[in-house]
Amino acid sequence: MIIAVASGKGGTGKTTVAVNLALASVSQRPVFLDCDVEEPNAALFFHPAIEERRRVGQQIPHVDLGRCTFCGRCAEVCQYNAIAVVGEEVMVFPQLCHGCGSCSLNCPVEAIREETHPMGIIERGTAAEGALTFAQGTMNVGEAMAVPIISALKRWVVPAETDGRLVILDSPPGNACPVVETMRGADFVLLVTEPTPFGLHDLRVAVEVARDELGLPVGVVINRDGVGDEGVEAYCEAEDVPILMRIPQDRRIAEVYAEGATIVEALPEYRKRFGTLYRAIEKGVGS
Amino acid sequence: MKQLVILSGKGGTGKTSVAASLAHLASQELNLVLADADVDASNLDLVLDPTRRETHDFAGGKGAVIDPAACTACGICAGVCRFEAIVPGEAAYRVDDLACEGCATCFYQCPVEAIRMAVRQDGEWFRSRTRFGPLFHAHLFAGRENSGKLVTQVRQAARALAQERAVDLILVDGPPGIGCPVIAACTGMDLALLVVEPTVSGVHDLERILATTTHFGVPAMVAINKADLNVDHSERIIAYCRDEGIPVAGRVPYDTVVTEAMVQGQPVTTYGAGEVAQAMVALWQRVKERVLA
Repeated sequence: MIIAVASGKGGTGKTTVAVNLALASVSQRPVFLDCDVEEPNAALFFHPAIEERRRVGQQIPHVDLGRCTFCGRCAEVCQYNAIAVVGEEVMVFPQLCHGCGSCSLNCPVEAIREETHPMGIIERGTAAEGALTFAQGTMNVGEAMAVPIISALKRWVVPAETDGRLVILDSPPGNACPVVETMRGADFVLLVTEPTPFGLHDLRVAVEVARDELGLPVGVVINRDGVGDEGVEAYCEAEDVPILMRIPQDRRIAEVYAEGATIVEALPEYRKRFGTLYRAIEKGVGS
Repeated sequence: MKQLVILSGKGGTGKTSVAASLAHLASQELNLVLADADVDASNLDLVLDPTRRETHDFAGGKGAVIDPAACTACGICAGVCRFEAIVPGEAAYRVDDLACEGCATCFYQCPVEAIRMAVRQDGEWFRSRTRFGPLFHAHLFAGRENSGKLVTQVRQAARALAQERAVDLILVDGPPGIGCPVIAACTGMDLALLVVEPTVSGVHDLERILATTTHFGVPAMVAINKADLNVDHSERIIAYCRDEGIPVAGRVPYDTVVTEAMVQGQPVTTYGAGEVAQAMVALWQRVKERVLA
């Protein structure tokens, strides 16, 4: 089973819920992927032993100027202004390139080959004394596009058949393309929110992405329950979105998080609660 | 005219709460234009009680559309698409709109010209009136691309009005992360205020957002939010900023009054006097000295 943990709004507790859900489900031999490649933080809680590391990037054009006739066809077909022909010079802008390959396919004299432009790294190893597989991606500073790194990470680590293993994808914040890339192929999307107007606004869009656009079953965890107002509750009831867990507003939990400790270790009563959450998700996928 | 952006790297550290308070405080002494650059999770309007004046469509890019009558299901499009955006069918293929990146590779390769590139509406942007000044904000449709382009659109509209009215300051509430919308929000700014929380994640993410603003040549200051949540991490942030030569503009205590104000749809500085409001006043003084200098 593949669970994506997302939220819309940042800082609602995605990583906290994802990490603790994994630690409470070690019997499912969890595979944990930190897909928030702009700001990966799960490793701060897992302290994983990294065993393998790969550089990833995307294909960008490399023009053989000996062969190029400067006809400008590449620039004409490129939808991103990532390649330009000026006189007898061809300029490539790697940060604008989407790696689609259209320029090389359309070059009439086969003067373009593709080479890898490095955008970040992906890593994998183990955590929790070998009980879980851990992987993360990290985008290089100055790069714009997270999607190619997320997709490389998933291709590398997510098994084709999960065979009863639990895969947890810790999503980036927001509701744009990196979130879609993370959720794609998941069996369930767990949305972590806080019961405030900001939390509700972003939860609505996250439900649109996961349930309405991608057609995935969703469930909600209300974090910092007790602050704020009743808006999230009323929305979930009206939209028939199940609330699977509530984590109370508790300064102890905020402090545990600040330290880099995990809730299931610092507050053992939560191990059972996260186990219950896992079973509720299992039920949600089955139904 | 100066431009200030509020960023954080990590989400949920309090960017919007700080932005709303600074908007209120700044409006008492300066002419302002406000912009919300967090276009896929925009929240600034929820605490500024705006009146919408204008709504504009945002066309981020194009998407491929296959004409089922012309398609021969030869499969060439699926073979050249690198984004798994072509869905095979028996009689005709179709395009998965969320996966399509609008690269037009399929359009150029289709042997029977069954594919066209159609302009796609990816969102909307708005001009609103608030009691602190005009607000430019936007809504990226669920799961769409081109958030960076929409940020640029919002910034351009804000800048045009700011120039026309010769305002003193454009105040921009930024998105989390370090990727394309952040780059679009921070380039060309006079100052980035980085809102950080004293947690292991907050400290880690500060280093990455600071590397990003440095990379794009934007001067930065730091505000520590929820500063008393973990005194050791707050001290670490202060020491780190000292080593990096980044001024710490203020420390805001952890207090649920911030959430109470949000529920009431207000900046914490208009909600009532208190430690948090005082800290915001002090923060604004330090930021003002730097950004207007």
